[in-house]
Amino acid sequence: MASPVPPATAPQRRDRVVIRFAGDSGDGMQLTGDRFTAEAAAFGNDLATLPNYPAEIRAPHGTLAGVSSFQLHFADHDILTPGDRPDVLVAMNPAALRSNLGDLPAGGVLILDTDEFTPRNLAKVGYATSPLDDGSLDPYTVHRVAMTSLTVAALEPLGLGKKDAERSKNMFALGLLSWMYSRPTEGTQRWLREKFARRPEIAEANVVAFRTGHAYGETTEAFAVTYEVAPAVLPDGTYRQVSGNTALAYGLVAAARRAGLPLFLGSYPITPASDVLHELSRLKRFGVTTFQAEDEIAGIGAALGAAYGGALGVTTTSGPGLALKMEAVGLAVMTELPLLVVDVQRGGPSTGLPTKTEQADLLQAVFGRNGEAPVPVVAPSSPADAFDAAVDAARIALTYRTPVLLLSDGAIANGSEPWRVPEEDDLPDLRVEFATEPNTDDGRFLPYARDPETLARPWAVPGTPGLAHRIGGLEKADGTGDISYDPANHERMVRLRQAKVDGVAVPDLEVDDPDNDAPVLVLGWGSTAGPIGAAVRRLRTAGHRVARAHLRHLVPLPANTEAVLRSYRTVVVPEMNLGQLAFLLQGRFAVPVESETKVAGLPFGAAELAERLTPYVSKEQVPA
Amino acid sequence: MTTDLGMPSLDATQLGGLDLVPAADSPQKAKDYTSDQEVRWCPGCGDYAVLAAVRAFLPTLSIRRENTVFVSGIGCSSRFPYYLDTYGMHSIHGRAPAIATGLAVSRPDLSVFVVTGDGDALSIGGNHLIHALRRNVNMTILLFNNRIYGLTKGQYSPTSEVGKVTKSTPVGSVDHPFDPVALALGADATFVGRAMDSDRKGLSAVLEAAARHRGAALVEIYQDCPIFNDGSFDVLRRPDDAEARVIPVRHGEPITFGTDGRWAVVRRGFGLDVAPTAEVAPEDVVVHDATDVGLAHALARLSGQDLGHAVFGVIRQVQRPTYDDLSRAQVQQAAAGGPADLRELVHGADTWTVRGGTVITEARP
Ligand SMILES: Cc1ncc(C[n+]2csc(CCOP(=O)(O)OP(=O)(O)O)c2C)c(N)n1
Ligand code: SF4
Ligand SMILES: [Mg+2]
Repeated sequence: MASPVPPATAPQRRDRVVIRFAGDSGDGMQLTGDRFTAEAAAFGNDLATLPNYPAEIRAPHGTLAGVSSFQLHFADHDILTPGDRPDVLVAMNPAALRSNLGDLPAGGVLILDTDEFTPRNLAKVGYATSPLDDGSLDPYTVHRVAMTSLTVAALEPLGLGKKDAERSKNMFALGLLSWMYSRPTEGTQRWLREKFARRPEIAEANVVAFRTGHAYGETTEAFAVTYEVAPAVLPDGTYRQVSGNTALAYGLVAAARRAGLPLFLGSYPITPASDVLHELSRLKRFGVTTFQAEDEIAGIGAALGAAYGGALGVTTTSGPGLALKMEAVGLAVMTELPLLVVDVQRGGPSTGLPTKTEQADLLQAVFGRNGEAPVPVVAPSSPADAFDAAVDAARIALTYRTPVLLLSDGAIANGSEPWRVPEEDDLPDLRVEFATEPNTDDGRFLPYARDPETLARPWAVPGTPGLAHRIGGLEKADGTGDISYDPANHERMVRLRQAKVDGVAVPDLEVDDPDNDAPVLVLGWGSTAGPIGAAVRRLRTAGHRVARAHLRHLVPLPANTEAVLRSYRTVVVPEMNLGQLAFLLQGRFAVPVESETKVAGLPFGAAELAERLTPYVSKEQVPA
Repeated sequence: MTTDLGMPSLDATQLGGLDLVPAADSPQKAKDYTSDQEVRWCPGCGDYAVLAAVRAFLPTLSIRRENTVFVSGIGCSSRFPYYLDTYGMHSIHGRAPAIATGLAVSRPDLSVFVVTGDGDALSIGGNHLIHALRRNVNMTILLFNNRIYGLTKGQYSPTSEVGKVTKSTPVGSVDHPFDPVALALGADATFVGRAMDSDRKGLSAVLEAAARHRGAALVEIYQDCPIFNDGSFDVLRRPDDAEARVIPVRHGEPITFGTDGRWAVVRRGFGLDVAPTAEVAPEDVVVHDATDVGLAHALARLSGQDLGHAVFGVIRQVQRPTYDDLSRAQVQQAAAGGPADLRELVHGADTWTVRGGTVITEARP
């Protein structure tokens, strides 16, 4: 008689799940997370991710410093953040358990690779007794799985070395989780075979490990239940999963296409901006030239040189690199050439926290140059939004002939989410006209004559007959562009450059205030959009009246900004710095602004922020 | 790992520095290259002579004036672009080679010149200079070496001799100087030349060869600053002193100098030395070979900070593919596969569609 097969129980439905994969930097946790994300995307879930990894490429094995994690939030409805606390924690070693367990709520699911819980590994992270058997894990639903040895055993027939075999254990974990959450599996198997196409034996090992993990879930009674998270019904459209750096790179390519200009990137590698350089380097077929310069200054210098020659010049960097570039940004202000300067912010000051996120470069972007050197500043609010923000920054640069600062950050750069893919024809027309003719009645060419509407000066590129002229960093005489030390001229030119930037067309600030009666406005910028949106949802669910708005344009601010600020009794600005936007708004409008700040290298959690906003909304609702 | 780039045969040995630059429709004169700006260097400044030489030699290139661009840094010499009726950018201190690199890569139809000083090129901009040279970006760099910071009123520079008394070194400089020619050779420059501001003929010849060279060409110009470093090159100008010091070199010719070729350059150990020609067998006189990098290094080392000897002319000239040609070829080759599809790019491999409340997943075939 055949052994009884356990009845296949129907998967239980969940509306959303947060999974965190944690392991050693060498364990491939980012890859595992990326794949699970791709599976969720292919399934049609809404999702948001938070990679969190150390700055060291390979910190000492098994130590707390070497822990790398990847958190994924996926749901059957639209979600705004990568989730505060995981429902499921996969810990590949004691260090991963030790550094992540604090975030797992009681009752949460914990999946451990027991093979790694050796006395030596336990001692490395200061466990006196093994949490596997000292009762400290009792509050959780624990699955003890000998992932390493199961993987090695499954791969034995392939004749791989032990080290290579062990390396596939992350795919075992992925297989197991894919089974638990009823994920489609073909995509991952196909992806593995493509990724390791040149080393078929490694591809095979990973596929086998993945299938072994999947089968382990299926056949082990410990995992009696599977879950299902249905696809999310988002607004109509075609979607893909995208990270912020990729979306930003695509936005630059799209902008150059819409402008009919070649794209020139001058850049020096720096975390977390390098992926934009990597991505664009692969897109030469779109007429993209990438130049890996000797330093950040050369990166922006070359981009400005290319812009002078008629290309869409771009330079990409992170905070420390932006500091180096600023003298050249000033030159671009003076020469009034279009230029995109992308700062993917990370924790500072100095080298700071290279792999963590922060928004502390805002004032550097707005003010960090010598002299009165106004520069438009644009900030994307999410990974997918980085595409639109890049296109918009290009629009401003090309229309107004000015450098533009695009402020992304680590959370946007490495996080990913579904992106409703745009059609090329829906993107703005960014075509530019180079100057080809003299622009005075008497047949002269004035390189600093201005368009009456935009105040932009003509873009006369070298090679244009009859328009030869000299530009540079010395103060320009209005109109002719000749060197001028005249006091009145300087006064006029400083004010003209400011007026040009002040006059950049940006849409009004939109306020989300469902009943138009909220006493409190929560105002954010950049990547805090997700946490603010999620926190405001929570407050509203709890019965509070609260409005929210988000700034895409930091310079110039939307025309209605002051009016919006004045129409609320309390304005709260959450930021990942010590209050830079709050400072800016108070300085600009002399309105009181409450500042809620966090500089932990991590985004606000939704619950955390809701809690911090609660006193403002509760206070407001006490009847006077 | 090296990859066969499968580049279109871009024979750098065939292509000259100006071959992609449109030719002038009609003959030009120095006057055509003179802008309406009043020249504002100090009376007697060596920069005047260089400006006159440049205005005179540019027409001989027979390229369209509007396809000529001068990019400079900061310093007295860096005012140069204002005085030429070409396109020009007076940029920021030390960064001209970087700006010129972006311009040269994006615009093969331009002849790009960089004007820089000893402080601009070798202090603040040292990094950009060596990288432009090693990359071999198609540009001609005029390095005005007056061995002083002129514009900031007379501090010592990276080419000032040890012991030099300046405003910032009242008891003498203790900094060991660079030799720009040796530095450029160390950076693998494909063209290195030197000339004297007052030597119109020699300067023009080197400049013309440099402009016609495909790749980065560095021309060091000894330039007098009568205000802050007066007479610094006098030993190379006064006939009596110059006699045994000034060594002009020409590719393929034996290196002899002085009145009636009284002195000769000979090999000594791994380097070179100077000996009376009469005492040297004719076959022992070194014949200049601008393609011999070892010889170029040795010639550079004949020049010391005391100017005991100074070699002038084209010291090195070799052909090597330029960064900008190779970079453009990669882009062109990628584009040769037909028009790039933006839609395909942004869609990526895996998409799903939401329509009227249902999710349609589209697995790839
Ligand atoms: C960032 C910056 N630092 C310092 C200066 C001041 N500065 C202007 S020119 C110069 C030195 C120029 O020396 P050199 O390149 O030899 O040119 P010269 O004036 O001798 O022709 C200095 C230090 C500056 N303009 N910018
Ligand atoms: S200070 Fe010297 S280098 Fe500068 S303009 Fe005067 S003489 Fe020439
Ligand atoms: Mg000088």
